[in-house]
Amino acid sequence: MDENKMTQAGERLLTVDNLKTTFMIHKTKVEAVRGASIHVDDGDILAVVGESGSGKSVLMKSIMGLLPENAQTTADSLVYMGRNLLELSADQRRKMRGKEFAMIFQDPMTALNPLKKIGAHLTEVLMRYRKLNKKQAREEAIEALRKVGIPSPEKRLDQYPHEFSGGMRQRVLIAMALCCKPKLLIADEPTTALDVTIQAQILELLKQLRDEEKMSVVLITHDLGVVASLSNRISVMYGGLIMEEGLTDEIFYAPKHPYTRALLHAIPQPTTGVKERLEAIPGMAPSLTNPPAGCPFAERCKYACEKCEAAIPAYRQYTKTQRAMCVFTEEELNAMDKEGKADGRTE
Amino acid sequence: MAKYIIKRILAAIPMVLIITVICFALMNLAPYDAIDAMTTPNMSPETVALIKAKYGYDQPVYIQYIRWLDGLINGNFGYSIVTHQSISADLAIRIPNTIKLILPAYLLAYALAIVLGLIAGSHKNKWVDKLIDGICAIGIALPTFWVSMLLIYFLGYKLNVLPIVGMHTIGQENSMIDYLRHFLMPFIALFLSFLPDATRYVRSSTITQYSEDYVMVQQAFGASKAEIMFKHVCKNVLLPIITKLGMALPMLVTGAIITETIFGWPGVGPYFVKAIQGMDYPIVMVILVLSSTLVILGNLLSDILYCLTDPRIKDLG
Repeated sequence: MDENKMTQAGERLLTVDNLKTTFMIHKTKVEAVRGASIHVDDGDILAVVGESGSGKSVLMKSIMGLLPENAQTTADSLVYMGRNLLELSADQRRKMRGKEFAMIFQDPMTALNPLKKIGAHLTEVLMRYRKLNKKQAREEAIEALRKVGIPSPEKRLDQYPHEFSGGMRQRVLIAMALCCKPKLLIADEPTTALDVTIQAQILELLKQLRDEEKMSVVLITHDLGVVASLSNRISVMYGGLIMEEGLTDEIFYAPKHPYTRALLHAIPQPTTGVKERLEAIPGMAPSLTNPPAGCPFAERCKYACEKCEAAIPAYRQYTKTQRAMCVFTEEELNAMDKEGKADGRTE
Repeated sequence: MAKYIIKRILAAIPMVLIITVICFALMNLAPYDAIDAMTTPNMSPETVALIKAKYGYDQPVYIQYIRWLDGLINGNFGYSIVTHQSISADLAIRIPNTIKLILPAYLLAYALAIVLGLIAGSHKNKWVDKLIDGICAIGIALPTFWVSMLLIYFLGYKLNVLPIVGMHTIGQENSMIDYLRHFLMPFIALFLSFLPDATRYVRSSTITQYSEDYVMVQQAFGASKAEIMFKHVCKNVLLPIITKLGMALPMLVTGAIITETIFGWPGVGPYFVKAIQGMDYPIVMVILVLSSTLVILGNLLSDILYCLTDPRIKDLG
């Protein structure tokens, strides 16, 4: 808790307000992000949590400006360190990528060019952004590999990606990000494709980078377990909207939104010793081509009423840091739980 | 690396041997007797037997095969049974002629195909891609012989600017300009037949590379379009093309049979076609063996080139 409070003091790096991204696929409109708002402060590790198709990757790519041409992004505001990204030209935005904010991806196995040496990957970005000559770039690259914990980096620099394991490749990508010295690192499910033991190492590395390199991190994941140990803030995403946001402790110990609550119930609790069935959330994620008019979770929500389906609910601010997008207050939800009313609809 | 190459070469030897057996067997199974090409119905059986003995046809098949193979290995491909000329000597003239025609056409077609393919592939579904791809689709659909006929009709007959047959005008064997004038039409026909296929190959390979994750990663690290194209995609696209060049080896001999025949280019094509028509089976057999051996060698060359250029294969050993 103390640590979390400390990092709250940082200045605002990124503000995203009401961001919408739609794709035109074969003349059908696919609404991947429907008005998401997040913000990242200096020193934050913000976790964006959501299931597949909730729009979290698309949201990040919209921020990065990495979407294909059939995508269209609008937002009330998309500001990075005082610069309105929506007003910048494609080329200006490209020059910010890597330098200001870098992104690492889900599958490290395919993220590196198989025909280029690890060293070439690193020196390329170094020469692009730090205007180093080849020799300096090589030294910096060695240094970066050492920082991310790759043993004998001098030798590894001249190897090809296929000579690296998945975890090592993810480290290389993180090293690439390090080389640019960005203020913000977006990690799109960086550990999903890796072994559990390697997962922990990579997450530890991200945390270390935040502390040593003063890099803020946005961590996209569908694994709440990953989030608990690492992030100081969480945004829960569903159906292209941020359902709830708050400090990690607030989300874990005082979740307000029914979706967040349901998610937390779906985490196995081996330490409590209580044997109970995991509660899966019934139903499927909402359609992106024909999204519901109201709360996207209403269809699967055991508390839902007509009001939920009528319109997207407004945020309800609970604390300075926590807010949730639900028509019911926490007390109302708790009351419904007690009366056992809640189960009437979903079964 | 060396071990791998030696292994591949050793594996190629039995394959070539099997090819000679198959070629020889097929020729022997053909529904005519080789001796018919040399005899006439009026000859007495004794004369026919004499001729048979002279050429060794009285021997058992396996002896014939071994003698033929022995000749092949020593560079003696035998004699045409129609003209009685040495096949090795004939081929020594004809293969270079064919290469002189095919190699420039193939190389130029590929050079242009790489440029067009990269442009089309990197602009997938834009008008420039649709244009290039559309022209390629038409190009693939046009048969070479038809294109050749059109060339002959317009350039050779209507406009009457280029000679329509042969390689030299008689008496001007050393004139370069005369050679080029003869060369131009078959060259264009061949170039046009190679180009669309190669362009499509490069295009699809470019599209595949662009959809790879590493391109997105490069974008995420601020690489410009040009950097992605020239530092990343280009290399990955060109690599399989180098190896395709190895596969093209047999084309140097039998790659232009139709075009050469139409334009009367004195290469392997007309020689082969005439041999088939004349039932000149030693020639047919030699060219079959030669082209299939080149297929094997071409594959071998591809593998070796791959091995040299693709870092992922080096470890095979």
